[in-house]
Amino acid sequence: LNPFARRFRAGDLLFRGATAICSGSVLLLLLLLTAMLVRGAWPALAAHGWRFALSPDWDPSGEHYGGLTFIYGTLYTSLIALAIALPLGIMTAVYLVEIAPRGLRGPLALAVEMLAAIPSVLFGLWGIFVLVPKLRWLEAEYLGKYFGKLPLFDGPPIGIGFLAAGVLLAIMVLPLIVSVTREVILQVPVAQREAAYALGATRWEVIRLAVLPYGWRGIFGAGMLALARALGETMAVTMVIGNTPQIKASLFAPGYTLASVIANEFSEAPSDLAVASLISLGLILFILSIGVNGLAQLLLRWLGKKYGGGTR
Amino acid sequence: MYKKTARAGLALILAAAALYAPAQEVKLSGAGATFPYPLYSKWFNEYNKLHPEIKINYQSIGSGGGIRQFSEGTVDFGATDGPMTDAQLAGSKVQPVRHLPMTLGAVVPIYNLPAKGLKFSGETLAGIFLGEIKTWNDPRIAKDNPSASLSSDSITVVHRADGSGTTYCFVDYLAKVSHEWKEKVGPAATSVTWPAGLGSKGNEGVAGTVKSIPGSIGYVELIYATQNKINYGAMKNAAGEFVTADLASVSAAAATAKIPSDYRVSITNAAGKGVYPISTFTWLLVTAKARDAKKDATLKAFLNWAMTDGQSFAEALGYARLPADLAKRELADIQKLP
Repeated sequence: LNPFARRFRAGDLLFRGATAICSGSVLLLLLLLTAMLVRGAWPALAAHGWRFALSPDWDPSGEHYGGLTFIYGTLYTSLIALAIALPLGIMTAVYLVEIAPRGLRGPLALAVEMLAAIPSVLFGLWGIFVLVPKLRWLEAEYLGKYFGKLPLFDGPPIGIGFLAAGVLLAIMVLPLIVSVTREVILQVPVAQREAAYALGATRWEVIRLAVLPYGWRGIFGAGMLALARALGETMAVTMVIGNTPQIKASLFAPGYTLASVIANEFSEAPSDLAVASLISLGLILFILSIGVNGLAQLLLRWLGKKYGGGTR
Repeated sequence: MYKKTARAGLALILAAAALYAPAQEVKLSGAGATFPYPLYSKWFNEYNKLHPEIKINYQSIGSGGGIRQFSEGTVDFGATDGPMTDAQLAGSKVQPVRHLPMTLGAVVPIYNLPAKGLKFSGETLAGIFLGEIKTWNDPRIAKDNPSASLSSDSITVVHRADGSGTTYCFVDYLAKVSHEWKEKVGPAATSVTWPAGLGSKGNEGVAGTVKSIPGSIGYVELIYATQNKINYGAMKNAAGEFVTADLASVSAAAATAKIPSDYRVSITNAAGKGVYPISTFTWLLVTAKARDAKKDATLKAFLNWAMTDGQSFAEALGYARLPADLAKRELADIQKLP
């Protein structure tokens, strides 16, 4: 071998080693993170036991800590976000791929993706100064006025609360849903569409019967990714949710999420137990996000085996 | 060849750095309260101009964090808006602990209503923050404000979501003036379980939320109310007068209050005329135990300066001066430090 070739082989080996270390360190990081969370949370888990996750108390002066209100707020706001963003995102994606005039598709898709580049604190500011006053008006003049008897629209119209957080989260996860769904729809074979048209289907029928069923797995995956993102979103939610640990059905009521309470209280936590309790909330958030992802993977695999078809 | 050059270069740089660095550089580190941070950073800056070899690094991580870092001995001094409790003192690894009041602040009730200068008694304010007074035209508010036109708008309470010295001062006052508050919420603490309202992070967060919700009421440090041009109320003091917070009425609270030898004292609801009742000291935490001689001497000299010349920077930044005789007392105590 000439020296050049030997050197080249050494480089190959080095590169292989480097990539192995990089991918191995990701796994290691995940393990270390879990270990750190469990260790940090231990004093609180030892003091409160597994009931920590089921107790609605959060009383810093009495040193009673529980996570239920925050788990509730996190799930509630994320579900509101999905309920709004999923239909909106799917319709946007369908429009972008199937209906929009060709010249408009590129710019529109770009605009949606730009939405994903906006820092979340700016969403928070926009939420406080634009969204919240509009929601307050909507709550006072319509929702509360006409549907105020329903538990969903009960209470004073403040503007800040679960609804504001949910709407803001919906806007934040929308680009994710749109871009994934768009990719999925683009993968639908042209032959499938043509076949549907050939059978005399209208455009709506083509989308409903030929396009969306083909991509439903991908769309489901998009929803799960969006859910995982919504669960952990911190800054924007903190600014509009009202930071009040309580479990209320009303969309108008202020609430609290796992990520928000950690961000708010960590630096000024009054005692070691409070710090450990906040880390326990972090652990719960970690399990929740990982759980959502894992469950989605499993469900996709199981459904895929059962029904087959679909993309990837 | 390449390595040799690099090594020579590095050596040259190190040599240059050693020559360039002032011979007697002293670095002090502190951590704690955010409320006095603007004044402290001004002090450290000005002091550095006078003594270029002294660098003081202060992390405004909050009173709770300041107490923890100081107790662990990881910083040379701490800072807090609420004095350390007996339990915290007993648990500190650094002993003995000395509290030194450095300046004074006030907490004001801010509200989002067109009416300027509303008046509140302590009981009324407690009733609002307990969630019992729900509308602005409640007779208890109207009684103290006969000339103001108050609507039937509902009141939205805004409080701090993070632990805070501002909260400590505010609830300390409410617990003193309202039995009900003391029973339902408890004694002063940096974070409490709020019976009503929304939480926001930081003074600026509370100010922002109050600004954005009509009919809301919150509490912030005086400087945040004046800077954000938000209406804030006058408070009824122990002598029965309604007093608006300003530098003079806050200083008056410190002048009339009885101050114990360890300076751990709340001056909320202080007796005397012209006193603004929701006032507080903010303290530096230092230790009387000798540690690093050079650092000890530097800190002592700085404290001396802060207590004398340093006080003149306070008012421009919205902090009230310490009363002269209190400053004199503290100077005497500072001389006793190592």
